Amino acid sequence: MSAEKILKLEELRAYYRVLKGDVKALDGVSLHVKRGEILGVAGESGCGKSTLANTLILRKRPLQHISGKALFLGKDLMTMPEEEFRKMRFRQISIIPQYALDALSPTKKIRTFITDMAHEHEIETNAAFFGKVAERFAMVNLDQNVLNKYPIELSGGMKQRVVMIISTLMNPDLVIADEITSALDVSSQRFAATMLMELRDQGIIGSAIFITHDISILYQVADRLLIMYAGHVVETGPVEELIQNPRHPYTQALIRSLPKVGAQITEERLEGIKGTPPELLDIGSGCRFRFRCPYQTEKCLQTPETTHINENHSLACWHFEEIGSERVG
Amino acid sequence: MSALVDKQGKTPIIAAENLSKTFSSGVFIREKTAAVQGASFEMFPGTVFSLIGESGSGKTTIGKLILKLIKPTSGRLLYRGQDITEIKGKNALRNYYRKVQGIFQDPFSSFNPLFRVDRVFDMVYDVFLPHEKNRAERTAEVLKSVNLNPERILHQFPHQLSGGQLQRLLIARSLLLDVDVLVADELISMLDASTRMGILNLLVDICHERGMSILFITHDLALGYYISDYTLIMHRGRLVEKGATEKIYNNPVHPYTKMLFNSVPDIGHKWDKNEKFIPEHVDREIDAFYRKNSGQGFDYVDTDHGVLFSLE
Repeated sequence: MSAEKILKLEELRAYYRVLKGDVKALDGVSLHVKRGEILGVAGESGCGKSTLANTLILRKRPLQHISGKALFLGKDLMTMPEEEFRKMRFRQISIIPQYALDALSPTKKIRTFITDMAHEHEIETNAAFFGKVAERFAMVNLDQNVLNKYPIELSGGMKQRVVMIISTLMNPDLVIADEITSALDVSSQRFAATMLMELRDQGIIGSAIFITHDISILYQVADRLLIMYAGHVVETGPVEELIQNPRHPYTQALIRSLPKVGAQITEERLEGIKGTPPELLDIGSGCRFRFRCPYQTEKCLQTPETTHINENHSLACWHFEEIGSERVG
Repeated sequence: MSALVDKQGKTPIIAAENLSKTFSSGVFIREKTAAVQGASFEMFPGTVFSLIGESGSGKTTIGKLILKLIKPTSGRLLYRGQDITEIKGKNALRNYYRKVQGIFQDPFSSFNPLFRVDRVFDMVYDVFLPHEKNRAERTAEVLKSVNLNPERILHQFPHQLSGGQLQRLLIARSLLLDVDVLVADELISMLDASTRMGILNLLVDICHERGMSILFITHDLALGYYISDYTLIMHRGRLVEKGATEKIYNNPVHPYTKMLFNSVPDIGHKWDKNEKFIPEHVDREIDAFYRKNSGQGFDYVDTDHGVLFSLE
């Protein structure tokens, strides 16, 4: 509790304004990130997890901020003038983008790319600067020669490391890692994920939001886990507690559907969740999981309130007490 | 040669013998890429095989070779004892494709966006089953077997269906034919965690019911373990380890397989934080491993464990 909350979202709403109406991709999201922690955000495609990243760093149309606050180091990112926000990006808040493999310019050598990027943010690129770059490269087992190469000469895993190093170069307080492991092989996945932890442990980055669809990776790296479903936060809590003792019916079903090494179909049959996530266009109120939930009642037509089970564990479900906890694994 | 001996004495449907495929590229300077090198394996009926490897390991190439989409550079690939490169001519090919079919990763690009679902099925009938009289019945039956409602699905366009439904449709399309071998290349990697399990369970059930042989190509080790009876591990075009799934997972021998299992994210156990993990170091370990075993000759086969590794 003592750790400072460097990011605090209060009932944040951000919709995609399109011709047909509003796509409510983030609808009343409240969360916080403490200094020094890695918050894992998980959910299926279309649950709003990438929208969360884009809202916090880009603020770009057609995505529009509707209401709520996003307080970063005490300042509201949503109402901050663009000039001021610009100065914070890269230095204090930074993103390791999804599709990092395409994030580098194909016609520029890595050195030129880094130089351009630094100049854009008014950072001097002297020998000391590149000394630091080389130091960081060594940290991720990359040779200095990489600076003189074009992205096409690097493997996927190497490109991912380069992008990670560039994004964290200015020792930002908060890094948003959006699906940084999803296009990688298992070995590179482990390396990238471990790297993020190490950057945090060494104090190079303050905290991180790790967004992915892969809960088993979050289990390895995250301190706390936040599960999203169709633009709502359904459950959040310490990673071990959430995996071992999920309380929301969606989290329970999701974790039950994860394959584990050691579980074979002939012995233990895993079941998926019937149905598909709802369309977010002009979706009304109510629990958004009710269409697929075996426990749904009339009460679920009202949007569930967030209940705290303990200090760190909260969820949004009307019926969690009747449903009880389910042991997994 | 082979380490896989089927206990029930079944004959293999597909047998690969020293199969290799080299791609060459470039106009003036021919650059050669050995996508598959000397792969030998056998596939038996009623069995799910998972072919696991990282990107560029050649796992998709093996799938394509079986589907006759590309020709092997050397080695043989036998379908029920017959070399498939000898299958030539329209009728012979059709007969082959009546028995061997593939389903692929991206369900959205596997269908013509202008065709309704019923037309997709009609095309299969026109080409492969021209004498079928009860088309509607047969289609309905197949759709029901993959848990789709025929009345709701048949008049839809692909964009009106979800990824999971399209993936089921792909499976249904191949089930119209009486297939022996199904090559499923990264079938579910585009689906969400909550929908993929239904498809996997379905696939395994069909495999056991119909006595088919499924080659499940994937990079996901946990899924491979979940569905397969046999596992084949590929690394840089070579089959480095193969055998009964449980044996391989519980007691991997090849350093590459060990590295893979160490790095798979699993909600059952956490990564060792004290271990300094660098993916590039596996090459050294593989080198050392081969040097240590170099007295054993080229193809060292451990029949007990079902392991094969090549020393060259």
